[in-house]
Amino acid sequence: MEQLALVQGDDAEAWAADAVLTIVGRPQRRVEGAAKVTGRARYTHDIRLPGTLHARILRSPHPRARVRHVDASRALALAGVRGVLHRFNTPKTAFRGEETIFREEVRFVGDEVAAVAADTEAIAEAALSLIVVDYEVLPHVVDLEEAIDAASPRIDEKGNVLDADRYERGDVRKEFAAADVVVEGTYRTSTQLHNSLETHGAVAVWDGDQLTVYESTQHVFGVREGLRNALHLPLANIRVLCDHMGGGFGSKGGIGKYTIVAALFAREIGAPVRCVLDRHEENVAAGNRSATLQRVRAAGKDGRITAIAHESWSNVGQARWVADPTGPTKGLYDVPNVLAHAHRVLTNTGSLAAFRAPGYVEGTFALESAIDELADGMGVDPLALRRRHAGSQVDPVSKMRYSLKRLVDCYDIGAEEIGWSRRARGGLRGSAPGLRRGLGMASQLWSGGGTPPAYATVHLNPDGTAVVRIGTQDIGTGTRTVIAQVCAEELGIDVRGVRVEIGDTDAPYAPISAGSLTVASITPAVRLAAKDAREQLLDVASGVLEVGRAELRVEGGAVVSRGARTPIAKVFEDLENYTVIGKGSRMPNPDDIVLKTFGAHFAEVEVDPATGMVVVERVVAVHDVGRIVDPLTARSQVEGGVIQALGFALSEERVVDKPTGRVLTSGLETYKVPTVRDVPRIVVRFVDVPDTVANNVGAKGLGEPPIIPAAAAVANAVANGLGVRIRHLPLTPRRVLDALAAAS
Amino acid sequence: MPTVRPSGPGAVDVELDVNGIRTPLHVAPHTTLLDALREDVGLLGAKKVCDEGTCGACTLLVDGRAVYACMTLAVACAGRSVETVEGLARDGELHPVQEAFIAHDAFQCGFCTPGQIMSVVALLRATPSPSADEVMRAVSGNLCRCGAYPNIVEAALAAARKGKERP
Ligand code: FES
Ligand code: FES
Repeated sequence: MEQLALVQGDDAEAWAADAVLTIVGRPQRRVEGAAKVTGRARYTHDIRLPGTLHARILRSPHPRARVRHVDASRALALAGVRGVLHRFNTPKTAFRGEETIFREEVRFVGDEVAAVAADTEAIAEAALSLIVVDYEVLPHVVDLEEAIDAASPRIDEKGNVLDADRYERGDVRKEFAAADVVVEGTYRTSTQLHNSLETHGAVAVWDGDQLTVYESTQHVFGVREGLRNALHLPLANIRVLCDHMGGGFGSKGGIGKYTIVAALFAREIGAPVRCVLDRHEENVAAGNRSATLQRVRAAGKDGRITAIAHESWSNVGQARWVADPTGPTKGLYDVPNVLAHAHRVLTNTGSLAAFRAPGYVEGTFALESAIDELADGMGVDPLALRRRHAGSQVDPVSKMRYSLKRLVDCYDIGAEEIGWSRRARGGLRGSAPGLRRGLGMASQLWSGGGTPPAYATVHLNPDGTAVVRIGTQDIGTGTRTVIAQVCAEELGIDVRGVRVEIGDTDAPYAPISAGSLTVASITPAVRLAAKDAREQLLDVASGVLEVGRAELRVEGGAVVSRGARTPIAKVFEDLENYTVIGKGSRMPNPDDIVLKTFGAHFAEVEVDPATGMVVVERVVAVHDVGRIVDPLTARSQVEGGVIQALGFALSEERVVDKPTGRVLTSGLETYKVPTVRDVPRIVVRFVDVPDTVANNVGAKGLGEPPIIPAAAAVANAVANGLGVRIRHLPLTPRRVLDALAAAS
Repeated sequence: MPTVRPSGPGAVDVELDVNGIRTPLHVAPHTTLLDALREDVGLLGAKKVCDEGTCGACTLLVDGRAVYACMTLAVACAGRSVETVEGLARDGELHPVQEAFIAHDAFQCGFCTPGQIMSVVALLRATPSPSADEVMRAVSGNLCRCGAYPNIVEAALAAARKGKERP
């Protein structure tokens, strides 16, 4: 695909693999650490503007119904209520391809029907129960497999099952006929709920025709775009701010209906309006990772994988897109014959939202389980079988070369660390009589190469400190810190002398903090801005110090020439408020090269066949993501990804009551996210070879890679330990016991 | 201001000791300590994540014991000492637990962090040299969706080792 990118200036030479860097690559304390441990860090939930009104949303109690009439008169009569919005009084406001935020046909329990603004949240909440809605209840279906069944109610005129993507290379059919071994399995994954601790929410305030929105978001510019589409405002009239945010994991990619509700009320009433979801709304209406049904066939011949066919169905709610689970099947292994076919299935449940490596987590579980089953059938060690297909430096989909691929190194490091040579067919004896122990592994493929556009400015102050401005956001990954590091390294100043200003659409554009895009998209722009500032500084210093420009460099906050050190502040001393403003933009990615990240996870588990309990004892996570900018926050990122994956693998599951369409697990009491007690020993290792082809920093993204292979590795370890495979996540005790009973 | 709810008793006067400061409040009897602190006192460190006692993000200390502020009524704290994350640092110097959380990168988004820190502070006051297991028990009611758990445990043990916990 051709990419049109307008850039200014030249790129910097990438930092070489053996470059001596003093700040990049060394562990740093998070620059916002003190703000977060003192409670001073301000999140959207904490925005308190004088005179703020509070909005609450009335949600459909029916999984599918037509809204025939809304009577808000009793709600409006309640003292303290300042307004009610519903589909019969709300202006058209475009939202994700629909014309309005209040649908005529509500399509899931929790769909937005009306909103109330009031002086307090409690009054708004009380007013919701006074709104009378006349619903015409319609037939519904909430379960993925029931929705596929032709006998179920059709909830869309095109049908419930829609084709999403089809891909083929080679001739799968021929290879299946010619194979020595063919395995076939049906795999299921459950709906996972993001449960970011900070729920979705926004605060909107108008000053004349200027709108300011505080939103907990992964993309301030995306929110700005959404507001422009909904409200038809010039971009200059919209400012979106997100200072700190309490997690997103993919679900906070743009505006929500709550944002529009807040903006509309704020304009109508002339006061700031806050609309923040509660935990139950969050788990019903703010997105999820689709449940999937996947069929994988894999064929082997002469000790190699010869063909894979992967067909998937994903429960997307009403979404117009699908998180395709077949991505890893297409690109992970060098296998000549592949058929992948993804379907989007509509149901009367809350729609999906991107969830950390959408599709890849689900798909890797099915693919890597099938590869293990095939290895078993072929009598080959599963790691050995993967090795035969993991070394290629050419992307099997595009046929172009990778900039850097060290997947086999990941295997070597991980196998050594976990003690893979101990693995035995049929598993190992556990730590107590009756317990079984198993080892398993799985590979990771993801993008993470980043992209233009992204821009940054670096203001070098007269005292030698600097301010970086870039419209990115720190969703907890440590973005502020890596920006400070790259700026300080390039500029030649102390990292503590850099202030990082982000989360503001009045700053230069940066992309969404998602898709593991951030580090590789923004740090090259920050580096160029710092380089520009450094060069301007040297121009000035050359004049002030009367030394040739070529003999000067900046180091440790001083301009250095043949042994003489002049602090930056001294250089600027007589220049009054002379300010250096450096700017940088992200250069295009190299042509004809594919940028990917790779990794492998190894898991050791113990299973109790009597109770069905799975205990993960150790996970070794190895990743190949180019240069590690901050080893401390990178390790945290991997541990966090593994832990979230373990929730997906073992305990997290949205349960929907089929007759009523209600989510039964909308609270944290019933929906089981991992606690500190559920965490195994996690060993994190990086290949840490800079990708000097990818960009001038040599780094790629790490947000998603660590959540991708862990569940598959655990499932493979459980199958190894028990000698019975469970093809349905999460691996609850019930499913383990059922699988054991079925096998005996 | 209108009454908080359309029915129920009116607001009452109550005085709390919040981080050593006498804090008079005029709140409805059903107001939680969390709402009183966030909405009336303006202390926003404790977070409202579930408001039903299932996450620990609102954890703070009442008479030195860790409690969920969303499950505690403000009026029930009359005359008792309430400590929040804002009260830990003294004279611009971070509390050793805060310091350890930064040094060990015991958070990502930071939304659970005030609650985690208060749980650890309560633990170290009662048990200055805890085992890893005791640390895990102390924070087992504090969810962290970012999965900072290994570093939280490390940070708590490191703070204990420094043994500088102030009374
Ligand atoms: S907000 Fe109090 S326990 Fe969740
Ligand atoms: S640091 Fe994000 S929830 Fe704990």
